[in-house]
Amino acid sequence: MSALRVCVEGVGLWSPRLGNFAALQALLCGATPPPPAARPAAATLPPNERRRAPESVLLAIEVAGQAVAMSGRDAATLACVFASSHGDQATTDYMCRTLAQAPTELSPTRFHNSVHNAPAGYWTIATGCHAPSTAVAAQHASFGAGLLEAVTLALSDQRPVLLVCSDTAGSGPLRKVTGCTQSFGCALLLSPTPGEATLTQLALTLTPLHAATPLPEPLASWSDTNASAAALPLLALLATGHGCCELGAAATLGLHIALENIA
Amino acid sequence: MPVMTPLAITAYTATTALGCGREAQLDALRHARSGLRPNDFGNRALPCWIGRVDGVEDSALATGHAAWDCRNNRLAWLGLRQDGFLDRVRIARERYGADRMALILGTSTASIGATEEAYRRLDAAGEFAHDPRHPEVHAPHSLAAFVAAALSLEGPCMTISTACSSSAKVFASAERMLRLGLIDAAVVGGVDTLCDSVLFGFNALELISTAPCRPFDATRNGISIGEAAGFALLERLAAAPEAPRLLGYGEASDAHHMSTPHPQGLGAELALRDALTRAGLAAEQVDYINLHGTASLKNDEVEAALIERTFPAATRVSSTKGYTGHTLGAAGIVEATIALLAIEHGFIPGNLGGSTPDPVCGPQFAWRNELQRVDVALSNSFGFGGNNACLVFARAGFSA
Repeated sequence: MSALRVCVEGVGLWSPRLGNFAALQALLCGATPPPPAARPAAATLPPNERRRAPESVLLAIEVAGQAVAMSGRDAATLACVFASSHGDQATTDYMCRTLAQAPTELSPTRFHNSVHNAPAGYWTIATGCHAPSTAVAAQHASFGAGLLEAVTLALSDQRPVLLVCSDTAGSGPLRKVTGCTQSFGCALLLSPTPGEATLTQLALTLTPLHAATPLPEPLASWSDTNASAAALPLLALLATGHGCCELGAAATLGLHIALENIA
Repeated sequence: MPVMTPLAITAYTATTALGCGREAQLDALRHARSGLRPNDFGNRALPCWIGRVDGVEDSALATGHAAWDCRNNRLAWLGLRQDGFLDRVRIARERYGADRMALILGTSTASIGATEEAYRRLDAAGEFAHDPRHPEVHAPHSLAAFVAAALSLEGPCMTISTACSSSAKVFASAERMLRLGLIDAAVVGGVDTLCDSVLFGFNALELISTAPCRPFDATRNGISIGEAAGFALLERLAAAPEAPRLLGYGEASDAHHMSTPHPQGLGAELALRDALTRAGLAAEQVDYINLHGTASLKNDEVEAALIERTFPAATRVSSTKGYTGHTLGAAGIVEATIALLAIEHGFIPGNLGGSTPDPVCGPQFAWRNELQRVDVALSNSFGFGGNNACLVFARAGFSA
């Protein structure tokens, strides 16, 4: 298999410590960027939706909005892939708790927010996007599997694709089981062809999984507390502008990614 | 958009309330025998009808897979053992290599039923009681992770969870990986099981009928929820020129509402147009369409109008949810299987439950079973969040 090549035109990032991609770049240069507000702003959503939407949706839409803004593209035309290892854990906790105690009192809104594609639904509605949208999961490899899905879509249909990968912190008894204790979300705007907004090009190849690339301090332990933070080795490369890394794409399958600067 | 190179469907199977495997589906359809029954699931609290699969509880997982045990994975394992599917996958794995085969499965419930159960028996500290199972059972990827282990597949492995379009979209993702040469074959499919989340969730949305669902009937008043497992094996055409084919697919978003379809069916129409374009087909060339047809007031109204304005009377259409119930994340693969059976057997299943057709339905509707050659069959799947997919299948040797 020859390498799959796509261009990166935008990067979004949000965690309780880093409010965007520039903050990650600053952190890796030794600075201490100020933490963002407690809730992701998710400015793409209309105000009433922003009040109603669960945190998982705010997080996904915040990073999606950042990546699209950096690329300068029109969100309405972009195919999108939303990846998450656990979906909305607060909603799952609410659903299971209510079902155990008073099932007929289940909230209809919280039920429709429980679908794994809720962020994709809110995003396409907010941006008027009729392009294909999807929602995927692959446990600890959700970012790698989502990236593979986004890259294959970009290359086979020759269209730009928005990739979002995010997980919020767990709630209730489920939190111990998922081990997800911090929120983390990121987004990439991927294009099959270079253009004015191109930041860098990725060359991706499938490989038997060795070990995911270790992270530089102070990020080293972040992926222990959130499966979506498995994206960080690639985000760190994008922040520094060169190098290569390996991410998990499935239980025994890895994704080798090299940054290629294009003239 | 260039016309897609068709793919061979070298094996396919479904297990639903109609029974296990293709013969059981075909036999029930031929005899107009619904699989729906009064709700006898869980605490039986809701007065509704369900499409429950018999024997799920007895379908123990193979030795070594106990850590994946849950109702959803039991149904997956039951479904995988039908129609010689395990053998076909083994032969493909030996031919191509485990790392050259993708596994892409759709589900909306995954094994949330196991998480519901854990919440019903929390320990004194309010935490999950001791459980020998993988923590991954309580995550959306539980199904695909279990099936990857059961089939010994080591290639790309992904769960698609876009509500009721989940296991239709798996065909699209697999086609892209095959086209780019990442893989040589793909196992696609989906499994959803009955659980409190969907029964009480759809009940909260007032979308469940107290009677067996009546798709496209003037008196329809909601869905019946079902459960199902289905799988298909996709390979390049050269590997099996005599096999039925995936000719195209379409995907689009409504951008309208989280739980109500677009009033003019915009996303559904875009997905349909995308599918016909990829397949290189005109609407007139479509012989049969298995509709999404959930028996919800809105879905059926919008979908019937789309059919009426797009297809001639010679295109026959029906919903089969009166047989299986709405199997949610598994609906895509179940109805792909019925579309493939229609091609293989020259058989168009009637739209069970439509005894007083809604006047919005055009002359395309097959209200009773019909026998005729089917070269091209489509399957529609629409999900919450306005997520639409359409699949195009054709007989071997058919060329547009």
